[in-house]
Amino acid sequence: MADTATFSPSRRFVLGVVGFGAAGFAVGCDLRAADATSGPVAQNMLGPYVRVGSDNTVTVFLRHLEMGQGVSTGLTTIVAEEIDADWSQMRFEHSPADDKLYGNPAFGGMMGTGGSTAILSSWEQLRAAGASAREMLRQAAAKKWSVDASTVTVAKGEMTSGNHKATFGELAAEASALTPPDPKSLKYKEASAYEFIGKERDPAKTLGRLDTPGKVHATAQYALDYHPEGTLTAVIARSPKFGGKVASFDDTGAKAVAGVTDVVQVPNGVAVVATNFWAARKGREALKVTWDDSAAEKRSSDVMLEDYRKLLAKPGLEARKEGKGVAGLQGAGQVITADFEFPFLVHAPMEPLNCVIEYKPGESCSYHSGSQMPTNDQRAIFTVLGLKPEQVTVVTHVAGGSFGRRATPDADLATEAAHLAKALNGKAPVKLMWTREDDIRTGKYRPMNIHRMTARVNNGAIEAWGDRTAIQSIMEGTPFLPPGAPDFSSIEGSNDIAYAIPNVSVDVHLVKNPVPILWWRSVGHTHTAYAKEHFFDVAARKAGKDPVELRRALLAKEPRQLGVLNLAVEKAGPVPAGKSRGVAVHHSFSSYVAEVADVTVNADGTFHVDRVVCAVDCGTVINPDIVRAQMEGGIGYGLSAILGEALTIKDGEPVQSNFYDYNVLRMAQMPKVEVFIVPSTEPPSGVGEPGVPPIGPAVANALLASTGKTYSKLPLGTKA
Amino acid sequence: MKLNINGKDQEYAGEEDRPLLWYLREDLKMTGTKFGCGVAACGACTVLVDGQPTRACITPAASLEGKKITTIEGLDTPAGQAVQKAWAELDVVQCGWCQSGQMLAATALLTTTPKPSEQQITDGMTSNICRCATYHRIRGAVARASEIMG
Repeated sequence: MADTATFSPSRRFVLGVVGFGAAGFAVGCDLRAADATSGPVAQNMLGPYVRVGSDNTVTVFLRHLEMGQGVSTGLTTIVAEEIDADWSQMRFEHSPADDKLYGNPAFGGMMGTGGSTAILSSWEQLRAAGASAREMLRQAAAKKWSVDASTVTVAKGEMTSGNHKATFGELAAEASALTPPDPKSLKYKEASAYEFIGKERDPAKTLGRLDTPGKVHATAQYALDYHPEGTLTAVIARSPKFGGKVASFDDTGAKAVAGVTDVVQVPNGVAVVATNFWAARKGREALKVTWDDSAAEKRSSDVMLEDYRKLLAKPGLEARKEGKGVAGLQGAGQVITADFEFPFLVHAPMEPLNCVIEYKPGESCSYHSGSQMPTNDQRAIFTVLGLKPEQVTVVTHVAGGSFGRRATPDADLATEAAHLAKALNGKAPVKLMWTREDDIRTGKYRPMNIHRMTARVNNGAIEAWGDRTAIQSIMEGTPFLPPGAPDFSSIEGSNDIAYAIPNVSVDVHLVKNPVPILWWRSVGHTHTAYAKEHFFDVAARKAGKDPVELRRALLAKEPRQLGVLNLAVEKAGPVPAGKSRGVAVHHSFSSYVAEVADVTVNADGTFHVDRVVCAVDCGTVINPDIVRAQMEGGIGYGLSAILGEALTIKDGEPVQSNFYDYNVLRMAQMPKVEVFIVPSTEPPSGVGEPGVPPIGPAVANALLASTGKTYSKLPLGTKA
Repeated sequence: MKLNINGKDQEYAGEEDRPLLWYLREDLKMTGTKFGCGVAACGACTVLVDGQPTRACITPAASLEGKKITTIEGLDTPAGQAVQKAWAELDVVQCGWCQSGQMLAATALLTTTPKPSEQQITDGMTSNICRCATYHRIRGAVARASEIMG
């Protein structure tokens, strides 16, 4: 299947994505081909994931969103290895929205980035994509030179046979015309022959992040940077209370603001549209909306939490039972219990939500955004606008963070944008912007929840363990949860507790609450790991045991948990004088992470996390420096939450508004971080999320070691 | 009025209260300066005004007549060049959204304090938020940029 397109060198930006041919291959413009001296670049698809240009670039199509986690380098590395490229020729581009070609098997075949699945779900597929493209290039060379394919060597972006020599770029057109080889016939490199996978960067920057140059020199184009001529900017006034509706509005003041062009009602509020952001924002401030709060939530978050707490008196849905289960909590020895309270949390990615929608009524729509679920957004748009799926083009830009916020089963941003485009009847391209206040006050949040932890300790052992949670279900009502299936996202990390405790009971109450919620980096593990690992230390101390030694004993049959625990503890060395140490180990997203936190508790009760030593086992490592970066960042993100983050609600309205009252981690609070990777030949697993869960309990365990207190209410604040 | 941006005079004829950030991004199409909070609380929009780190999201463009404004697109001082080189060497970036502001803040710090102590690095950088928490590498990159400057 030949899919060749030639682009003019004058087109400097990704203008859109154009489909070619029956196979649905799609090609975007190549940013790097835009050199006035190089002439037109012919682009050739060697399968859906690999494009080779006549300029000898190899572009890997990402079906996953680059939002900082490094997929633009990681996924590209897998292809580079099997196609036998030179690293300098590798490029990346987000794929078009197409479930058939780019669906994520871990998301039931829908396109989606999340659950730390990018590498895990792409490993076999991208190895095959690279190896298949390599064989097509080899065959093309053999055909051109009339030699047997077995004589053609492929290495560092070149084919050679005898005196013949050609680059990938020189034979890409011929290769793309060939039938791809039978996938079963593909041969892969032995791990010992890897040139890229698992290798460290060298000082000359080989194997560095492919997105670094664009981000350091600010040429990377995020969705907010996309601004076609004539674009109008819109902000939406949404209900201050969750579930409120527009009763009426007076737009006199808004329309009097210079630059405001339109004020239109959309299903979730009133949009103010202007020639620029400043005018739109001032227009929104001058807009008077009367809200109908008859169906809105009016409780405060502390009242909601007490409602949750009442549920804990009775058993919830059973998620795990070992031995006698909950009955095992009765018996000889001492029973200890504590309620662990976790607030709502905001993702607060640094680039607030935004998109640009260009709608031609009855004809087409293009949507530019940093989306984690592009086909889901596409569906929302064609549904609202009454277009055919193929009339809606989704262009994915690198995103300024997400932490889960851009993966929305209800396609909130795309739906708002589509309604706005419809209300304006396509008069101009529209940029829909969320301000930081919109981001903090509109949702969606990590669900507030409460864990009632109970343990029975007898004769120096933890004989029974109980973990009962009340929480809103993230998965209910989404395509990811079949009806009647338990919501694994609420209990993950609780129900798979790995300690060899004879009696275990884990159960959950799934609570109804209209506050909008969503997965937040590491999802259920954000709270389950804290409850499990901190309460483990509380119970171990009650049993008179050293928490690390007791972990080792109870994880004796869990080699990968034990492996990271031992490595982290060994690398941390002795506890420095004057500091307290806490340790936590947790399994999430198929990876294993242990963290050791050294904390200074000052005489006035304030504390500082000075140093964190982290050990990670994520199977085969594609890029060790990105693994380290994700652990460093995960530790910072998790620490941010447990030290200062909470979204509280008073009489139905969020209390916090922006970074001056929603407290996120700053450099002064960031510990020194050391990351160690367990060598492994297991299949690769995720690193985006697994660094987050252990840091909270590691810090709480260090405080417990210093003060003897249980830290059951989050965030911890500034005092031990 | 004329604004001097990265050494070039630009004519500003907009509203009195319109922040520099939006003039840069929307009118001049210089999108390297980022919007993060709109209230000078995060530092994503940091630019230099006569060498001082300044929040473009709350600073009216009209207040900057006669001042020298430097953005990420014009970071060509020895300190600025060293900062960008160090940022690339250490692969500091993750999502990248805050990094223009971080690099401008680092440039301002190294211009006045070419050999900063660890505490001076923290003090100079702690008002710039990074949600990816690349702080660990930012510290290292500021120190590395100081080395590069010699």
